[in-house]
Amino acid sequence: MDRLIDNPYLPYVMTVERITQEAPGVKTLRLRFKNPEEAENFQFRAGQFAEYSAFGEGECTFCIASPPTRKGYVECTFRQAGRVTSGLSRLEEGQEMGFRGPFGNTFPIEEWKGKNLLFVAGGIALPPMRCVIWNVLDRRKEFGNVTIIYGAKSVADLVYKDELKEWDERPDVQLYTTVDPGGETPDWKGKVGFTPAVLEQVAPSAENTVAIVCGPPVMIKFSFPVLEKLGFRDDAIFTTLENRMKCGIGKCGRCNVGKLYVCKDGPVFTKAQLNGLPPEY
Amino acid sequence: MKNYQIKHSDLDGWLEKIIAAGRRVIAPVTEEGHTDFRPIHSPAEVAADDQVQTIQSAKQAAFPKAETLFSYRKEGTAVSLDQPAPESYLQTVVWRARPCDAAGFTPLSAIFNWDYKDNLYNARLARTTLVAFSCQQADAYCFCTSVGGGPGEKKGCDILVTKLPSGKALVEVCTEKGEALAALAPGLFSEANAVADDSPLFAEKQSALAQLPARFSKEDIRRHLAEAFDSPVWREQSERCLGCGACAFVCPTCACFDIQEDPHGSHGRRIRCWDSCAFALFTQHTSGHNPRPSQATRWRQRILHKFSYMPERLDATGCTGCGRCSRACPVDMNLLEHLTSIAQK
Repeated sequence: MDRLIDNPYLPYVMTVERITQEAPGVKTLRLRFKNPEEAENFQFRAGQFAEYSAFGEGECTFCIASPPTRKGYVECTFRQAGRVTSGLSRLEEGQEMGFRGPFGNTFPIEEWKGKNLLFVAGGIALPPMRCVIWNVLDRRKEFGNVTIIYGAKSVADLVYKDELKEWDERPDVQLYTTVDPGGETPDWKGKVGFTPAVLEQVAPSAENTVAIVCGPPVMIKFSFPVLEKLGFRDDAIFTTLENRMKCGIGKCGRCNVGKLYVCKDGPVFTKAQLNGLPPEY
Repeated sequence: MKNYQIKHSDLDGWLEKIIAAGRRVIAPVTEEGHTDFRPIHSPAEVAADDQVQTIQSAKQAAFPKAETLFSYRKEGTAVSLDQPAPESYLQTVVWRARPCDAAGFTPLSAIFNWDYKDNLYNARLARTTLVAFSCQQADAYCFCTSVGGGPGEKKGCDILVTKLPSGKALVEVCTEKGEALAALAPGLFSEANAVADDSPLFAEKQSALAQLPARFSKEDIRRHLAEAFDSPVWREQSERCLGCGACAFVCPTCACFDIQEDPHGSHGRRIRCWDSCAFALFTQHTSGHNPRPSQATRWRQRILHKFSYMPERLDATGCTGCGRCSRACPVDMNLLEHLTSIAQK
């Protein structure tokens, strides 16, 4: 359709190309632009987020979980929780939905060239990191060691199971998966324990290393002191904030942490930046 | 831009011409003792008391309570979208707004344009002409002079009318939109009625305005707020807050909104509607976690947003001193008193 005025609330129409059931209640949707011209012009960078529409239900905010190095589609991974995510869960392959974005800042991947990367993720927070991980793996020789520590409540709750297997088999990736005590199955080969504890046990070196930490608030809270103990500086620790959003473009007024808007100044922040912000996240 | 003098009694004739020209006019209308902006079709409908403050502000002209962002239609697996044409937004005149209403459009425009351009707001504002009347009375809730405004301030007005004791009205035309409105009554706004820049009518205007000494300076407030995040003042001031959100709905600068779906089977529309930082659900995550879990943290957000974050990020203050929030508050939280006490700490 013609964009009569440049309306920042008008989504792109996308076709659901592929649906992957990642874990109980967790799905990944692969979306293609209905209009090839829009697909051609679309660009984003790792860390950015978008607003996803199920028409008739509303809009919901998730990161873009696929890497910008894979062209022609975007993916989102979400847990079915409320009205919109239930609507998105009901979509079938071939159906159309809405997508508005990309919004927000990015992980400074270009500044990480030549450095070792440590990814620490919990549960449904692997998706924002997966975008960075694939971006880095698609340009593998530009970066040093890649270490991934990923934990979930139970074996069933681990997302991207096929990709975890692929990363595990790669000689140029160190992957540690863990599940909370009681979440293991008899044939579980990974670790058992909370993610911060596994991080302490693995004890990756802080030298020339950037840590990217995404997960539920409690995981982040207990991971930061471990990283500090391992010698990571606050400006070498990156995370994403997930405050509630509606517009994504710095107007609707709910995602701010102090004077910063998560949708505009974030969602990516360093621990050094968070130290200077009030605890409104 | 030109200034004119006309008779008080000519104002209704001008308004009639504006209505006859097909403009949608909203003006203060008194119903059951409450005066608020309503669409009118004749000057006789306008509230008799020409000093009364409406309950709601004039922001609704450019930022309606609820508006369509786009509509959708689902057919099989396909979806088609359609959005409102700006031409469908009616040319609107806000008649007898107050200078504090007009002042509100400066922070609103800053919020809607500081980064991404909100062209729905911009298209409505471009079709809105504000005819403000200077205030000859102020009440105990008014404090425009403490936040950079004034009872005869032109900022944000397309036209400012000041009724003078002599029976004349000084009409200051401030913008091209204002000129277009004056041009609808060429008999009134003629060369013969033009007012020179050095006319004694401007001194007469000053003496006709409400006297409202400033109670604090916004710079003082901002300086105090820089250190006040952990102050007990937020809990003290908000203990009686009900979280009803009335303050935000009547405010001329509050722009926080929600985006909601309005579905009707296979078609529907996405709307945005006013929201308020006073509501607990405003920031609550799906998980139940809430970054602003108490009324005190929400009150703090309201004050810091308006008097600290907006000045720093947008070079605008989120308050015009109209006092509407305090008049509307069911538990009499008085913004002027609260700000004065912050400025004195």
